[in-house]
Amino acid sequence: MTAIAFPDLDRSILSRRDEIIAGLSALLPRECLVTSDDERRAFETDALTAYRKLPLAVALPRTTEEAAAVMRYCFEHGVKVVARGAGTSLSGGAIPQEDAIVICVAKMTRILSVDYANRAMRVESGVTNLGITEAVMADGFFYAPDPSSQLACTIAGNIGMNSGGAHCLKYGVTTNNVLGVRLVLVDGTIVEIGGDHLDSPGLDLLGLMIGSEGQLGIVTEATVRILRSAEGARPVLFGFPTSEEAGACVADIIGNAIIPVAIEFMDKLAIEICESFAHAGYPLDVGALLIVEVEGSDAEMETQLAKIVEIAKKHGVMTVRESQSAMEAAAIWKGRKSAFGATGRIADYICMDGTVPTGQLSRVLQGTDEIVKSYGLRVANVFHAGDGNMHPLILYNVNDPEEQRKAEQAGEDILRLCVEVGGCLTGEHGVGIEKRELMNCQFTPEDLAQQMRVRAVFDKAWLLNPAKVFPLEGRIAA
Amino acid sequence: MIFSPASEAEACTIITDARAAKRPLAIEGGGTRAGLGRAAQAEATLSTKALTGITLYEPAELVIAAKAGTPLAEIEATLAARGQRLPFEPMDHRALFGAQGEPTIGGITACNISGPRRIQAGACRDHLIGVRLVNGRGEAVKSGGRVMKNVTGLDLVKLNCGAHGTLGLLTEVTYKVLPKPEIAGTLALFGLDDARAIEALSRALGSPYEVSAAAHLPAGIGSEKPRTLLRIENFAHSVDYRLRELQKLLAPFGEGLRLIEDEAHALWRDIRDCRFFAEPRDRAVWRISTAPTRAAAFVERLAAQRDLRCYYDWGGGLIWLSVPEVDDAGARAIRAALASSGGHATLVRGSPDLRSRIDVFQPLAAPLLKITAGIKAGFDPDAILNPGRMYAGI
Repeated sequence: MTAIAFPDLDRSILSRRDEIIAGLSALLPRECLVTSDDERRAFETDALTAYRKLPLAVALPRTTEEAAAVMRYCFEHGVKVVARGAGTSLSGGAIPQEDAIVICVAKMTRILSVDYANRAMRVESGVTNLGITEAVMADGFFYAPDPSSQLACTIAGNIGMNSGGAHCLKYGVTTNNVLGVRLVLVDGTIVEIGGDHLDSPGLDLLGLMIGSEGQLGIVTEATVRILRSAEGARPVLFGFPTSEEAGACVADIIGNAIIPVAIEFMDKLAIEICESFAHAGYPLDVGALLIVEVEGSDAEMETQLAKIVEIAKKHGVMTVRESQSAMEAAAIWKGRKSAFGATGRIADYICMDGTVPTGQLSRVLQGTDEIVKSYGLRVANVFHAGDGNMHPLILYNVNDPEEQRKAEQAGEDILRLCVEVGGCLTGEHGVGIEKRELMNCQFTPEDLAQQMRVRAVFDKAWLLNPAKVFPLEGRIAA
Repeated sequence: MIFSPASEAEACTIITDARAAKRPLAIEGGGTRAGLGRAAQAEATLSTKALTGITLYEPAELVIAAKAGTPLAEIEATLAARGQRLPFEPMDHRALFGAQGEPTIGGITACNISGPRRIQAGACRDHLIGVRLVNGRGEAVKSGGRVMKNVTGLDLVKLNCGAHGTLGLLTEVTYKVLPKPEIAGTLALFGLDDARAIEALSRALGSPYEVSAAAHLPAGIGSEKPRTLLRIENFAHSVDYRLRELQKLLAPFGEGLRLIEDEAHALWRDIRDCRFFAEPRDRAVWRISTAPTRAAAFVERLAAQRDLRCYYDWGGGLIWLSVPEVDDAGARAIRAALASSGGHATLVRGSPDLRSRIDVFQPLAAPLLKITAGIKAGFDPDAILNPGRMYAGI
């Protein structure tokens, strides 16, 4: 028995499974509807693999209209709907249930328009994050948010979770880089919000939609802002004796009016794991590592780096290593971006995602260490230091229920600590099923009730991704 | 009647009582934007003037929080003392409205007010990271917080930024801030027509030089000659380098000239605050957001039918229009033209009569209007707070 509870299943839906599948078959061609046990298995979990639930069926619409038809059918028949992009959620955002249909946008992968003059691009929502950048890279443009899973994750999922990435210190997260969406509401109505201009009229429904974790509708198309790439970019490795010194250096860089594009932090265990996987040349004799990336012309980067090196020296930096080539730069980022995958090679892990005020980084790192040790487990820390978004990876063995319970308990304790020092439960991975029951420690009943009254405007009957975000107790429908 | 709560708890009581008495309240900050939006249908005023003070400022964490009635000037001075600023360059509406008083941070938040730097740094809503508010049920509610990255729960922060006080009385807001760059430099091109100017702006904004503002002032807007302006803010050596590169890039559009900094600073302030249209006061002023490449044709279509003055900010994507206040002040024509070019129009200045007759904010598609009404009811079921300020009946 696993720790995270799921809502009770709707037996009447389960008993009508054949009828529902027949109904959906009338709306979608055969290759767009997954019903067999084997094939449904591919949709039973996401990157929170400790939890698995087989969906009733999976719809893979090819168009907004097909998605709308499935939504309308589900609405009329009271069937729950779980939206899915590529299934890379770390918080269980795409995990379905036996009485729910998954609507997966994986077949909607067209790039609809690229408009350099207006710096905007229209895509179907199943396009991968990296796919967007790849479409415009040859012309010197890019899409800024870059979650570690960018090779696989879709813009639909990014919008659902308001994903961030390593470079959001300078460029912001998804919500700062999306200009418009085409959205299917619960009853199948199709609406447009925003467009290729700035700011949408009326209430900021676009801002509300982004990060709503599939609770308000399904996004089938998006207009994103594309930016011209900097003349050059250079990641530099800074090795420090301790995490405290690395943390103090981060605060000092920002305090000196320097905002690098990225400041990534790794502790000793994370360095070892990533280096053995990516061979990026990370120093193994240091207690903590910062990857600081600067951008601009060669002269600009050199000037800025000289200032950063000077600051780092005040904090006892042991190693400074600049990438000497594009290949070395790529290796440095490969090591960082494969941190989760590389960790998965040596153990099962759960990845926490709390954000804390950057002044509290040292304290929370120390607290994290103590908490995890008290459960007899190990933790690797790799995170976005510039914005205080921490990612402790708690290592455990998924086949040992007692260890899983301990790991989850440790994760909970860490998140409580994050909230206690003025932070939040999740910086970019979303609440999902994972942190749902912790919402009460960040929000008052009034705060949550207000969110749920907004949610109810879109979905009174709790049909959309209902197992997520809000604690199962005390839910309201209006 | 004016209520001026000095605490969030007092605000809760006042709103609870107003709800029980079914007495709608018009929310007021510094009163400098009273002319923006439809007139709220209210008998009493709820003022934030006693809700003041910076509650948190951590320069090394790039975050500031203040009670809603805190004057913007106090926040800007506090930030400037530590070499920082609000990145979104909020517009000051006083010149345009001929208003007195002090803009407050709550008013800026409620109206999602940004300026020329919006094109690069993002809007007010992109920097707002936390709000506390009292909803129309008299409950204190928070959303977001004080950290840079936060996706915990639905984003009610953005929903309230630009809601014009229709969802709640903001009591405290938290912003991320940025260091003030060492210097700013402005490049000007002269004599370009609108379409060609926007082409130049697009080219500059598509360059790697991080243009922080891009505007075009046609002939007659502050000068006889059309001026096309690009600003770069950075360390001094970078600004010098980047302006030189920009000049090379834009050579096909004419020989650019770097403006004297004081002159450029004043010009960007005028652009931000729409001072060109401050006088005469009886003309209506529209603010239109559209895709830059469609802006010049949009203006041309309208200009054929009426007397209008205009200039462009945001690389051409923000059009400021001044038209005589006759009939509907161009509302039908503007919105008909937008139907083909995409975007939205807000009547920023108009007489109370005009603002009661036409849609001040862009009319919404039926499903979005229904959602908007639902959200309003979810925050303020008895329509106590600024009723009708944005849309009639909401």
